[in-house]
Amino acid sequence: MNVLLKILRTMGAATVNGVWRLGFAARFFLAVLRYSGQSFLRLPLTIRELFFSGVLSLLIILVSGLFVGLVLGLQGYDILQRFGSSDALGIMVALSLLRELGPVIAAILFASRAGSAITAEIGLMKTTEQLEAMDMMAVNPLARVVAPRFWGGVISMPLLAAMFSAMGIFGGWLIGVVVIGVDDGAFWSQMRAAVRFEHDVLNGIIKSFVFGVTVSWIAVFEGYDCHPTAEGVSRAITRTVVYSALAILALDFVLTSFMFRGI
Amino acid sequence: MSLGNTNNPIVRLEAVHFAYGEGEREILRGIDLSVRRGQVVAIMGGSGSGKTTLLRLIGGQLRAHSGRVLVEEQDLGQLSTKALYALRRRMGMLFQFGALFTDMSVFDNVAFPLREHTDLPAELVHDLVLMKLQAVGLRGAHSLMPSELSGGMARRVALARAVALDPMLMLYDEPFAGLDPISLGITGQLIRRLNDALGAASVMVTHDVQVSLDLVDYVYFVSNGMIVAKGTPSEIRASEDPFVRQFVHGESDGPVPFHYPAPPLASLLDGTSA
Repeated sequence: MNVLLKILRTMGAATVNGVWRLGFAARFFLAVLRYSGQSFLRLPLTIRELFFSGVLSLLIILVSGLFVGLVLGLQGYDILQRFGSSDALGIMVALSLLRELGPVIAAILFASRAGSAITAEIGLMKTTEQLEAMDMMAVNPLARVVAPRFWGGVISMPLLAAMFSAMGIFGGWLIGVVVIGVDDGAFWSQMRAAVRFEHDVLNGIIKSFVFGVTVSWIAVFEGYDCHPTAEGVSRAITRTVVYSALAILALDFVLTSFMFRGI
Repeated sequence: MSLGNTNNPIVRLEAVHFAYGEGEREILRGIDLSVRRGQVVAIMGGSGSGKTTLLRLIGGQLRAHSGRVLVEEQDLGQLSTKALYALRRRMGMLFQFGALFTDMSVFDNVAFPLREHTDLPAELVHDLVLMKLQAVGLRGAHSLMPSELSGGMARRVALARAVALDPMLMLYDEPFAGLDPISLGITGQLIRRLNDALGAASVMVTHDVQVSLDLVDYVYFVSNGMIVAKGTPSEIRASEDPFVRQFVHGESDGPVPFHYPAPPLASLLDGTSA
């Protein structure tokens, strides 16, 4: 009986803590939005973060996009040629990337590369009392440190996803047209005929924007809320990567179920 | 020693109680103190006695559960965030390890409050920053990054940053911790000189008794969340209070126990205690 009570108590405490933290994260999100105006008024701060989150993530995004495109080209050709539809390779590569793989993989890579860096930076600033020092100098850390990093991530994400998809399509073309010998004209013309901007491209952009908000929110929150110790920062970084990946995949399912229902 | 008018209290604490959470043990229990313009006041006490909490209450980082914390006659417990920030523009704080912004150079660190809170032209900011760095003896180090500084230098840069806006109140959190004797002496002199030059008030939380008694005007001793002794340095040196004697002379026997509470050693040896 005592053991059962102990288990129930532990589960209850974990649930209460989880709900409390989620509520705190939501309030934190609103506070970041509230102070975002200041970070846009001081554009160089946000542009600097765009550079760190976006430009410095470009290499990993482009290389990954190329490899994903190469694999899609090989797998797609292998399947399509069984049905005599190898000319549709361009459609398959483009739609896979624009609708799903571009936003999802780019967001997961972004969380691993830029999200973890944002958490580490804010967490270390907290550990070394830099955030506190800023607050004591009457400079709000949410406006000066957090909001620019949040918006840097949000703006970077759709741009990185677009670069990922473009590179992936190039990879698919490289394998399909240059290596295997699919007709170049068919590859591009079928793609142009089948891909609709408002249905495929725009939905992909919306997805990557939602992922950008989610990953950036998790990254800045985990950094700001971490225990100010070396172990605390390390745990916060791990949480950023794990929570972001789970949130991206879960949100992708929800968004896909609204956007693409075969209609 | 002091140059300013010492009649106006800049900081006043009245019956302040504080705990870190509902139902938690009280860290501060009925603290009364005041700091006047021109004074350098030290708050001393053992680790965990509530000194740093007291400093954070004066800085408005924490709010008292009961009692009042007044800075320039403004009750910090009643201030909005905006009003608190307006007051903080007239405060400076030196953190224990400097808390310099690691992505900025020494120059940019000192320029930070000037750029954030004033519209001064870049040339004037440049001159002011170099003057502040000159005052702490580090004008030649203006282009270095914080990672290139020693602990003592970082503390002095942080001091230059803290006084960049000529504050009326300076707060020091363990300003002498981990410093070599030369840096310690220099930092102590700087604290006194800057306070006198600015006509400000300074509150310093410290363990370093001898250096502090040489430079401060008044001392409060905190133990178990209460002020157990206070006085001028000469009064403190002459005090027969057991707590003050133990602290000033670094004695292991006295009101502050050396051992963390535990069952008697004998009970451990004869197996009656876990």
